[in-house]
Amino acid sequence: MADAYIFDAVRSPRGKGKKNGSLHEITALSLLTQQLEAVRDRNDLDTSKIDDIIMGCVSPVAGQGADIARTASITAGYAETAAGVTINRFCASGLEAVNMAASKVMAGMADMTIGGGIEHMSRVPMGSDGGAMGVDPMIAFDHAVVPQGISADLIATKYGFSRDDCDAYAVESQKRAKKAWDEGRFKKSIVPVKDQLGVTILAHDEHMRPQTDMQSLGSLNPAFESLGKVMPGMDYVALQKYPELEEIKHVHHAGNSSGIVDGAAAVLIGTKEMGEALGLKARARIKAFAEIGSEPTIMLTGPEFVAAKALKRAGMEVNDIDIYELNEAFASVVLRFMQAHNIEHDKINVNGGAIAMGHPLGATGAMILGTMVDELERSDKETSLITLCVGGGMGSATIIERV
Amino acid sequence: MKNFKLDKDADGVLLVTFDMPGRSMNVLNVSSMGEIAELTDMIKTDESIKGAVITSGKKAFCAGADLEEMGGNLAGAREQMAKDPEGAKKALFENVYKLNQLFRDLETCGKPVAAALNGLALGGGFEFVMACTGRFVANDNKTAKVGLPEALIGLLPGAGGTQRLPRLVGLMAASGVLLQGKQLKPAEAQAMGIFHAAVPADELIATAKKWVLDNPKAKQPWDMDRFKFPGGAPYTAQGYQMFAGANAMVRKESFGNYPAMRNIVACVYEGSQVPMDAALRIESRYFCDLMLRPESGNMVRSLFLSKQALEKGEARPEGQEKGEVKKVGVIGAGFMGAGVAYVSAMAGLDVVLIDRDQEGADKGKQFTIDEQTKRVKRKKSTQEKADAIINRIEATTDYSKLKDVDLIVEAVFENSELKAKITKMAEEVIGDKAIFGSNTSTIPITDLATASSRPENFIGIHFFSPVHKMMLVEIIKGEKTSDYAISRAIDFVSKIRKVPIVVEDTRGFYANRCVMRYIQEGYNMLSEGVKPALIENAGKMAGMPVGPLSLQDEVAIDLAYKVMQQTKHDLGSQYVEGKGDVIIDKMYSSERYGRKNGKGFYVYEGREKHLWPELGQFAVNGLQDPQPNVSDIKDRLMYAQAIEAARCFDESIIHDPREADLGSIFGWGFAPFTGGAISFIDTIGAKRFVARADELLEAYGPQFEVPKLLREMAKSGETFYGKFSRPQKKAA
Repeated sequence: MADAYIFDAVRSPRGKGKKNGSLHEITALSLLTQQLEAVRDRNDLDTSKIDDIIMGCVSPVAGQGADIARTASITAGYAETAAGVTINRFCASGLEAVNMAASKVMAGMADMTIGGGIEHMSRVPMGSDGGAMGVDPMIAFDHAVVPQGISADLIATKYGFSRDDCDAYAVESQKRAKKAWDEGRFKKSIVPVKDQLGVTILAHDEHMRPQTDMQSLGSLNPAFESLGKVMPGMDYVALQKYPELEEIKHVHHAGNSSGIVDGAAAVLIGTKEMGEALGLKARARIKAFAEIGSEPTIMLTGPEFVAAKALKRAGMEVNDIDIYELNEAFASVVLRFMQAHNIEHDKINVNGGAIAMGHPLGATGAMILGTMVDELERSDKETSLITLCVGGGMGSATIIERV
Repeated sequence: MKNFKLDKDADGVLLVTFDMPGRSMNVLNVSSMGEIAELTDMIKTDESIKGAVITSGKKAFCAGADLEEMGGNLAGAREQMAKDPEGAKKALFENVYKLNQLFRDLETCGKPVAAALNGLALGGGFEFVMACTGRFVANDNKTAKVGLPEALIGLLPGAGGTQRLPRLVGLMAASGVLLQGKQLKPAEAQAMGIFHAAVPADELIATAKKWVLDNPKAKQPWDMDRFKFPGGAPYTAQGYQMFAGANAMVRKESFGNYPAMRNIVACVYEGSQVPMDAALRIESRYFCDLMLRPESGNMVRSLFLSKQALEKGEARPEGQEKGEVKKVGVIGAGFMGAGVAYVSAMAGLDVVLIDRDQEGADKGKQFTIDEQTKRVKRKKSTQEKADAIINRIEATTDYSKLKDVDLIVEAVFENSELKAKITKMAEEVIGDKAIFGSNTSTIPITDLATASSRPENFIGIHFFSPVHKMMLVEIIKGEKTSDYAISRAIDFVSKIRKVPIVVEDTRGFYANRCVMRYIQEGYNMLSEGVKPALIENAGKMAGMPVGPLSLQDEVAIDLAYKVMQQTKHDLGSQYVEGKGDVIIDKMYSSERYGRKNGKGFYVYEGREKHLWPELGQFAVNGLQDPQPNVSDIKDRLMYAQAIEAARCFDESIIHDPREADLGSIFGWGFAPFTGGAISFIDTIGAKRFVARADELLEAYGPQFEVPKLLREMAKSGETFYGKFSRPQKKAA
């Protein structure tokens, strides 16, 4: 089996996923096109050698519908032969795209690929693609599916994380993100986004609130309490799966959950040989990856299990990993992961995460993988495990090592 | 035609009057359905007919499908299922779909057909109305209501109701009618958009006829090109949230135990995405699905057929005739007595309400005044009617007023001497044929009857609290109680529109004896270290209205303590201590009496309640880790009750499975979707039930020891309904 190497990783800055967000004014296609252009231009890439472009996208409709990966391959001016495909594993789509791209390489069915993702949440809000999961009784009713926020609060209740625990985690995320930006830790990967005139419209993550403290978070109301307890009473649905709990304590709010943002990312992955032929320098090797299904009502505990599965596949132990990166979908997701695997806070999400910088659903996995490539180089470390919790009860994980 | 009278006017409008011979209600059965098909054909093909107006010749329009006939059809389908499942399902579908096809043909016959609703239309009757292109209702008819009660008996409206109603009013407005059996008054229904107009009864036919003549090309909204599902179909921005919410709400309410509710949501969800013809096929399939599940059969049997039969006096002993009850005496005007007086007066009986002083008697009567005032305020009654009811109750201390009562309900404190004294005082006054009934819940009737000079007319009439809400009444036979006394007690209970069941004289009678097992199993698990939340949630998930600890709080823990002391005293050395005894002792001595003083197994704060955080102390060896599987907890809670019900059969405390089932549902809220405690066993099957009970016996204790009867049934393969069914009496 061939090894899959990472030659480059780029990402856009993350714009606020609202009508007043900077990236709301450009299209999803332009956003993704610019990332593909950057991969080509930074590496002086012969795009005729690209076999496939795999892009994660969670709501692949409207401006990011109809196979945005192929669409952007054309608009970025890649060789006609560079195919494109859009995939959806909810929040892990971006990482999954990387893993699938790597799989093709490892299987010997591709020599050079791009994995990445896009989510233009300001224009294509979550849920724009409908889906049976929330409304079809066959799944929603029979399997007690509840919205993610309820699941996140269920995790906090079941595993004993208080509102203060979650808020303290969020404050730290903001602090780390600010420090990382101040020290330029993301600069290798950030590709500023240009407007219709080619003028930079966004060069930094605009969702961050570095001034956040316990007091400012304390004033926020729990976001999912009314959905859970009042109308339509989702808590009571979830408790039918977790009857050992008397109630769900609602601890999450906008300040300790991931932010809604726009963004795109791309990672260049290929064989050592093709890399050499194209004059590229390998930065990291994809050592192992895994995906897993987990209990769908609590939904977001997958990282615990998928990390174990990936570690086993790599023949590694928890402590063999130098730094972990787990998408900060909700504070309780990370706190539970740390608790389950006994991981110290200084080994995980060292540069902050989605609570501070936002979570552009389809792109995040590829973004945080790129962050880890940069961080391994910066801090002179060897291995990292990147993982995300996933809707419907799943997890994805990738282990990389520096070369 | 037999069931429909036809009268074509000069304008060519056919007036169709639904009036089935020999029946008080119009129903949909093979006969009337056949004629609706003929009618449709006639309207379609007869060129002289411009359209039709359908009304009823009876007080009500139509009460829906004939459930007994339907049950007969089903028996065949179930049998077939074993041999050829797919063939059986196909055949069942063909049969069920006929009704949908019938109404679909009517609404697409090409000519306007207007329903002129002059009375009640329920279930299939309301679906018939909705399948008419024009819909008119009399707004001055007090009995004119529409509703779809199918979900309440485990079925779904299978004649287009799950499709036409949401297409008329949207999912939100339809959900109360479809899922909770909510009935609508004419004005309400018209405001929702179900009717074209609500007019006075004497203009009804003329209005409908005019509409027919004015709308020769009338079509249903859903058969028009630009139809949009009101409130939004599932995959619209507006609709998505609503359908997501509907799933959650129904799951929350039903705990997934009621397939009818689930299938109704599925019918609306799937049906709203396709044209009407496909939607009706989908509805019929989900209807068949329900028919093939035990829940619907059990619910129809208990909550419809058996309930009707028992209300009409099915439990009456052979040779006894139905009689009238006109006047009752209620002695003891406390909470129970006041309730009995209230429901009696509501049912049109004259009531003598006696207490030891006038103040006490008046206080008892005040309950009726308060309840009636509320009803008038909520426009559920008029002041005139309320006054008539209130005036039927005579509050007094004078026993001589009892001289012409038909029956007495004694509802004083649980004290044998006091009861004996009252029995004697009353018997001095009342007539020879009058019945003396005691509402005791703990003292054997045979013991109380020793105070009576005419023990053959002495009986137990056991009400449940709160009397005006609980539908069950246990009639308890003392050793010397006559069949006549039983029959008269049934007359009384039927008259006050409650469900009478007849049980033998035993500690706790039937209902309390069984429900005690539920509470005790809660104690057992608490003591064994099961988390209190898990116990409570498992109870609700199993279909009980509240968890066992919550139920104990409602009943009151000091009462449980007193009953425990009394039982210890009565049984002496025979008393077997339970794991709950120390818990009750401790709760009682800590003055945690339950909801009544705001602290029990729960802590009560306003409308909120939370489990008392210190319940962990009752776990003898600490909380179990890991906690047991919830399905085990559910089994323990349900089997403990069902086994006790089976013991009551074994000991001949109760004789008829229907009484045992309804007693369990209406007496202590045993999971209604099971059809009752006995249907619960029958559905699992005696063999499997005993095998599981034996496992529980092995693991948890003798409360799961099945009676000999059940062990024999496991061997013979018999069911309670097979073995103990009375020969069918024709309902009066």
